[in-house]
Amino acid sequence: MSSINELRRLRGSQRGARQQNKAAFFFLLPWFIGLFGITLGPMLASLYLSFTKYNLLQPPQFSGLDNWTRMLSDERLHKSLQVTFSYVLVSVPLQLAMALGLALLLDRGVRGLAFYRSVFYLPSLIGGSVAIAVLWRAMFGTNGLVNEALAFVGVQGQGWISEPGTALSTLVVLNVWTFGSPMVIFLAGLRQIPTSLYEAASVDGAKHWRQFRSITIPLLTPIIFFNLVLQIIHAFQTFTQAFVVSGGTGGPADSTLFFSLYLYQRGFGHFDMGYASALAWVLLLIVAAFTAVNFWASKYWVFYDD
Amino acid sequence: MTDRTAAVPRSLPAHRPHATRRIRRAVRAPLKHCLLALCALTMLYPVLWMVASSLRPNNQIFRSAGLAVTHPHLQNYSNGWNAFSQPFSHYMINSAIVVTGAILGNLLACSLAAYAFARLEFRAKRVLFATMLVTIMLPIHVIIVPQYVLYSELGWVNTFLPLIVPKFLATDAFFIFLMVQFIRGIPREIDEAARIDGAGHARIFFHVILPLMIPALATTAIFTFIWTWNDFYTQLIYLTDPDMYTTPLALRTFVDQQTATDWGSVFAMSVVSLVPVFLVFLAGQRFLLRGIATTGGK
Repeated sequence: MSSINELRRLRGSQRGARQQNKAAFFFLLPWFIGLFGITLGPMLASLYLSFTKYNLLQPPQFSGLDNWTRMLSDERLHKSLQVTFSYVLVSVPLQLAMALGLALLLDRGVRGLAFYRSVFYLPSLIGGSVAIAVLWRAMFGTNGLVNEALAFVGVQGQGWISEPGTALSTLVVLNVWTFGSPMVIFLAGLRQIPTSLYEAASVDGAKHWRQFRSITIPLLTPIIFFNLVLQIIHAFQTFTQAFVVSGGTGGPADSTLFFSLYLYQRGFGHFDMGYASALAWVLLLIVAAFTAVNFWASKYWVFYDD
Repeated sequence: MTDRTAAVPRSLPAHRPHATRRIRRAVRAPLKHCLLALCALTMLYPVLWMVASSLRPNNQIFRSAGLAVTHPHLQNYSNGWNAFSQPFSHYMINSAIVVTGAILGNLLACSLAAYAFARLEFRAKRVLFATMLVTIMLPIHVIIVPQYVLYSELGWVNTFLPLIVPKFLATDAFFIFLMVQFIRGIPREIDEAARIDGAGHARIFFHVILPLMIPALATTAIFTFIWTWNDFYTQLIYLTDPDMYTTPLALRTFVDQQTATDWGSVFAMSVVSLVPVFLVFLAGQRFLLRGIATTGGK
């Protein structure tokens, strides 16, 4: 390989470089159009719209900081932030703990690994679908399966989804149920830990727990970090489940009014596009801030070998 | 790394007799299996219960938490199938059109971009690559309003175009990343050899790289299938004409109409809507799991 590269370098890289620039342009052309036309362009457009009043019918009217100051007194917005934050902060750690726990159980030669892995992974593929949200609504409804099961053991249930105090928890359960995809990533990470480390440690007399604490966890921290970043971003955008379970309202009493659901209601329910754009930017800033803090904090707990 | 293992005290000898260790292992393995089997059952139970309930008459559904169905009540399926203004197959076909378009778009556009990022040197490559990575994490909500304005100006609302065209412009950057990772694993000597034989980049891409990256393409196709089939948000926004409804949209209107009356047929159609996902999962799980591992494993 090196000799070929040498030859190429000798052959005057100037022409090659220009050629590659040109080729790259064509290969990237669809992506460029997409990036500027329907990703970055709209992002900037929504920043502009966030300073306007816009209902799709009349052209946008500049309204200064109106949308932004309106947020300060918008109680439904505050409620939706509270709902979304509690959901993210509770469901993501639970989900990752499940994922890690089961990855550890499955690691290193359990018979039937492929079967278990598939079974655990499957819910994360269908967890975001309408069908599963429908199922959740049926399971946790007043006359739902969960209450029937509770009645069987003599406990008086309640309408888990119709009760503001518990509706969100049913969605947390749903998110934890989809722990399969981070679990698969954990499994891949565990497999990369050299077994020689464990062998050396047990020669040195380190017990199971000690090995777990001193080898497994430190070497797995990059993967934990990766999963944490991804799942937080993912959880902030939860929409379908809340929409279907609450029939699009975010109820009862706005207890499942996720931020994305509120944004949808403002934008596509009331055609309040200017305000919805401002909300979109708030979501972007929140997600960006969480990700930035995550990266900053990673210096203190993520162990990088190289 | 070495000092980490050295930190474990060397003075402790491995003194536990082999016999007890063997016993502990013999106890631990079945225990582990019981735990795993219990977890697996808990995970699958809701879905299995839904399948069982879809085969029961309505008055029995919530009375029974069991999974056994003695007399399958298939009427739920025919009721559900015909409960809409169109037969349910109409919505499945709509979904299939969207999914097919999305898969073709992702395969083509993402592989082109991935080749450039993995194999070519060009100006501002690092910045562009970083931009691409950032767009993976960009919430759709941030761009949905202006996108909607754009597509309604173009007259694309209530067509499948807003759901398909972006895929041909490689907006699912996740797959670009997945393919870049894959192409980087293909030895460069292979394209260098083609290069010396006089092949240009287009030739190398279509005749050398593309055939070699079939596993990555399969992963992309499968993920695109499942994600697009299940996608609700963008379809909800762009498709408001009931004739254009896709499976999830039809299902959702069905639930809102039928609340607590005809759960049997709601479940039946929910099961029908999940069947394609199960089939694709069973056929392609090898690629799915590998795909997650290559993008997630560092």
